[in-house]
Amino acid sequence: MARELQLMKGNEAIARAMIASGCDGYFGYPITPQSEVMETLMTEKPWETTGMTVLQAESEVASINMVYGGAATGKKVATSSSSPGISLMQEGLTYLAGAEIPCLVVNVMRGGPGLGTIQPSQSDYFQSTKGGGHGDYQLYTLAPASVQEMYDFVFDAWDIAFKYRNPVLILSDGAIGQCMEKLYTRDYVPRWTEEERRANAPWGTWGKPATRPHNIITSLELDSARQEVFNLKLQKKYAEMKEKEVRFEALNCDDAEYIIVAYGSSSRIAMKAMQMAREKGIKVGLFRLITLFPFPTKQLAEVAKRVKGILCVEMSAGQMIEDVRLATECGVKTEHFGRFGGIIPTPGEVLEALENKIIK
Amino acid sequence: MEARRQELLNQGYEEVYTRTKVLTDAVMHYCPGCGHGTTHRLIAEVIDEMGIQDNVVGVSPVGCSVLAYNYFDVDFQEAAHGRAPAVATAIKRLNPDTYVFTYQGDGDLAAIGTAETIHAANRGENMTMIFVNNGIYGMTGGQMAPTTLVGMKSATTPYGRRVELNGYPLRMTELLSTLPGTYYVTRQSVQNPAAVRKAKAAIRKAFENQKLKKGLSFVEILSNCNSGWKMTPVAANKWMEDNMMPNYPIGDIKVDGKIVDGIDANRLVLDHALTVMQ
Repeated sequence: MARELQLMKGNEAIARAMIASGCDGYFGYPITPQSEVMETLMTEKPWETTGMTVLQAESEVASINMVYGGAATGKKVATSSSSPGISLMQEGLTYLAGAEIPCLVVNVMRGGPGLGTIQPSQSDYFQSTKGGGHGDYQLYTLAPASVQEMYDFVFDAWDIAFKYRNPVLILSDGAIGQCMEKLYTRDYVPRWTEEERRANAPWGTWGKPATRPHNIITSLELDSARQEVFNLKLQKKYAEMKEKEVRFEALNCDDAEYIIVAYGSSSRIAMKAMQMAREKGIKVGLFRLITLFPFPTKQLAEVAKRVKGILCVEMSAGQMIEDVRLATECGVKTEHFGRFGGIIPTPGEVLEALENKIIK
Repeated sequence: MEARRQELLNQGYEEVYTRTKVLTDAVMHYCPGCGHGTTHRLIAEVIDEMGIQDNVVGVSPVGCSVLAYNYFDVDFQEAAHGRAPAVATAIKRLNPDTYVFTYQGDGDLAAIGTAETIHAANRGENMTMIFVNNGIYGMTGGQMAPTTLVGMKSATTPYGRRVELNGYPLRMTELLSTLPGTYYVTRQSVQNPAAVRKAKAAIRKAFENQKLKKGLSFVEILSNCNSGWKMTPVAANKWMEDNMMPNYPIGDIKVDGKIVDGIDANRLVLDHALTVMQ
């Protein structure tokens, strides 16, 4: 598929990007509002074209462990789910991080806690960026705000995952997953050849040749001294991500007196609220997070020096705001606005919150 | 290790028994007399004899054999507790020409990993599963396993397993034999040379079957846990024969996709063999 303009659902874009980006395998379990990912893959039958494997697992627990097994052979392997399913995957995610296995996980968030609702939400920020499973680990977390980004970030994810030998999470939500937008497709990236797999994943368990020691994929190290050394190595990797892999978008922040910080669906709503505010003569900017981990701490702090107040918009009780306040060291008035239960705030509500909580 | 071997050979010693080359020089942590060491060796011998050392991936569990990856000189993955069949499923699906095997104990395979075990078997994954059943959780200190016998004492059944409290011992191997996805299902043991020879033949068949691509090959190995049972290795083997084997009969249950003639159908579904431990 060459570059062409198409109308597509966010979930479908994820599936098509997996095929187009040379993904070797997808293992998943149906859950609303992301079931179109596997449905699209099964309809497209990529095993007949690119050779990609697609399998419906018996649970999210199984599918994340299938990702572990497949990705640990040095192949590009992905799964997707939505909040309750992602909760079930937390064990697998900490093992993946602990064994340093590159892979792609997509969370199309819905409301919680518990079975919650099938409507969009952004209440998995803590789970995604503060370690949903046990131990000190991080997932490189991308937050797409459009169908185009759902597609593009799949391609980007493989580069980061293999560069750092770390799982990558695309943290989307039901609104982006379900909405249809135009998108430009990309040229197909062929799946790695056997030689490329071995070159790109020399650590992989692809069968021990006589020329190297056996490769072991494990997160176990019973020797405390060595376990500490390993943890320091992980921390160094995360520090490097913070240094080199931060992504964000600052719109109208140069002359802004107030900024809205948001990501994903909320950033789209915030953009409209920003325009409405500008029409009223209020100088508002939008600081959109693209990576949630690593968080653009320095960049946000720089912008925050010049503004009178920050409104954090997130479809949650206020999770991202903690990182915003840490970035600015609480030096600027910062408040949260969000809705729950699958209610998507309107631009008018966001503007009203900005005026009432920050400007007034 | 190899240098020492050569030194002894040079001194005129005759080599009558040696480590197989598919096992590493790492010193095993298993208790002396436990069946894991023997079972490891049998798998390593089969891999060596089949000439597939460069094309095999093993998956180790959580439990006594968590460190199996240190002992086999082949590529290995360590799975989360109970998830080895899911992990192995993807290894095999993405590398269909690679020999894939899992190695799990009773807690890992038959308790926490029940769903992964049954669904891998039911999908007919073209791989080999080795299931070491010693009726107890060895690594965590001798707690009740799903395969603990009725009446058997453990750290969490200090007065003996009671059906009304703990339910029945789970015969996973019989259960799996009823699924169309399994191609070879057998129960073996390693407590004496005759049993070891049969167990090795079963493991060989379970690996060879992967060439046929006809479904899962499942080998249960009945083993003692002399530490967990608090017996000497010799007494533990005797106890295993007297108590475990009536509940977990040795032999093939399903071969080439068919239930073996003479297997009592009731054994697959009823509890007639639930001998209360003496």
